[in-house]
Amino acid sequence: MIKIERRDETSNLIYFLTPVLAIFLTLVTGAIIFYLLGFKPLEALKFFFITPISDLYGLSELLIKATPLCLIAIGLSFCFKSNNWNIGAEGQLTFGGIVGGGVALLFYNHEGFYVLPLIILAGAIGGMIFAMIPAILKIYFNTNEILVSLMLVYVSKLLLDYLVVGPWSNPEGFNFPETRQFSDSARLPILFEGLRIHAGIFIALVSVILAWVVLFKTYLGFQIKVSGLSLKTAKYAGFKGKTMILLVFMISGACAGLAGVGEITGPIGQLHRMISPEYGFTAIIVAFLGRLNPIGIVFASLIVALTYLGAETAQIFLQVPKYTGQVFQGMILFFLLASDFLLFFRIKFLGFKKYEY
Amino acid sequence: MSIDINFLGILIGAIMASSVPLILAASGELITERSGVLNLGVEGMMIIGAISGFALMVITDNLFIAIIGSMLSGLLLSFIFGFLTQSLLTNHVASGLALTIFGIGLSAMIGRDFVGIPGKEFPLLFVNLKEAIPLLGPIFFGHSIIFYFAFLLPFGTNYFLKKTKIGLIVRAVGDSPMSAANQGINVLLVRYCCILYGGAMCGLGGAYLSLIYTPQWIENMTAGRGWIALALVVFATWSPLKVLFGAIIFGGITILQLHMQAMGIRIPVQFLSALPYIMTIVVLVIISRDSRKIKLNTPTSLGQIFYKEK
Repeated sequence: MIKIERRDETSNLIYFLTPVLAIFLTLVTGAIIFYLLGFKPLEALKFFFITPISDLYGLSELLIKATPLCLIAIGLSFCFKSNNWNIGAEGQLTFGGIVGGGVALLFYNHEGFYVLPLIILAGAIGGMIFAMIPAILKIYFNTNEILVSLMLVYVSKLLLDYLVVGPWSNPEGFNFPETRQFSDSARLPILFEGLRIHAGIFIALVSVILAWVVLFKTYLGFQIKVSGLSLKTAKYAGFKGKTMILLVFMISGACAGLAGVGEITGPIGQLHRMISPEYGFTAIIVAFLGRLNPIGIVFASLIVALTYLGAETAQIFLQVPKYTGQVFQGMILFFLLASDFLLFFRIKFLGFKKYEY
Repeated sequence: MSIDINFLGILIGAIMASSVPLILAASGELITERSGVLNLGVEGMMIIGAISGFALMVITDNLFIAIIGSMLSGLLLSFIFGFLTQSLLTNHVASGLALTIFGIGLSAMIGRDFVGIPGKEFPLLFVNLKEAIPLLGPIFFGHSIIFYFAFLLPFGTNYFLKKTKIGLIVRAVGDSPMSAANQGINVLLVRYCCILYGGAMCGLGGAYLSLIYTPQWIENMTAGRGWIALALVVFATWSPLKVLFGAIIFGGITILQLHMQAMGIRIPVQFLSALPYIMTIVVLVIISRDSRKIKLNTPTSLGQIFYKEK
């Protein structure tokens, strides 16, 4: 007989070990799926998770992909911790990219030290404003922020599509759906000769530190945590619930916007249709895998970035589709959520004896 | 300028055909949501339905098996979601999202060998009537059996929810799982069934795309229709008949933008495409502002985890 009981308290060790368990189970299941599809499982996993980061170039690519994931997930952790379900980070990233890209295009033939900071600021503000839409609608009209933020993803992507095909398309670009190349001073500096790794990583690192300070050392962080645990308690304590909703959405929107400008001023260097391979959605997995903890998110972003990179390598060596990475991303989240069950409940094996109280 | 009657009929027929996958997926999701479960995995279940339907059609050369198989695969995928959210009490939003991401990836992996294979012709009904009757012919005749099923489904769903005892139980579970449980209703069982039904309908919606609408397999071919279906349920304020109405509007915009482009009307296509999403937000604001109005149909426990101490 099996009996399931709610745990009185959860141990911190299990809390941070379950993500490791989830990753392990993902690898095992991934191997099985590869086997069923007719690949040698170990070889496939090697191409997926080891080959991509076995040289310096690969490591630099890993950091390039981890940077936006980490930034967005840091922002999302503020929302999720306070029970606000912003799942439209992809849209906020895109809108931040549009606003930042617009500024970059204004300065396409200017050089100057002020260009890049202006673009970055514009991107952050763009993402922030876009995230305020679901927040304000939630505060004043009681709308569901999940659906509004999700709908806005498509609106922003279509807006970007319109701009790069229409008014912002490169006049000398033979009607390709892309804008002009940004000027050199609109680009994030490359850190090492020969690699693509750019200064955007510092933006992510600063945000990690800031997030840690705000969450663990300030009154605001305390309010966010309390509202996440119990809305009633937060109300009783007199926290300003509405202001906080707006604030966490603004923080996460700004982070997503920063990730957007980081992409266009970093590896891409112009605006086109696909400025993000769904980083905004994948970052939700990163936020969960990192346990909504800034340090955890850093590790999680590296692991999830590896699934992007691995899919690219596997596409070349094994001819698997590029979407394969998403199988792993989905599975990580499945197993993580499932293993959370062990956090809050304990399974007791009672044997076959009659249980007596 | 005279309007070609037959062209109008064909246009309306095309709009209705493009709304079929939306009706199927949204009707399924509607039942799931009425039982209090928010499954954001619609897109993932649709795409898995699309590839399994197409793959089974290629392998077995039997359309019946392909259709049933696509429903089963959608159902299987939704079982993962059901197990996570109902038995392991995980967060609905995160689990649904994982399901979509997983489904898109898995469908591409399975579909690797099926890219570029031409589809099979799907038998259409009443083809002779389509030519015979002007205007109404192309609208109502010459479609597949799934088309007719889809347009009857919202009426069936409406009847089920409003007039049958099981429908009442589903609504009770969605509105107050605790009271339903105290009445002796097995909340878990009801919710599992609703989730699985939703999954099967999403799978069927996907198969409609890969077997009938554009008979071939293309990676990520559902192209966001799952998310539109989710929006549609809200747009319809959880009422099955309004799903029908909404799906035709959403499907209509897809078809209209193609024709407007062809006719050289100078509204950017992207603005038309964005319209359904913006309209959903507007509808959401209107119905959410009035708390009485949204409470009429909104399942009160939507998306909340239900746990009963045993």
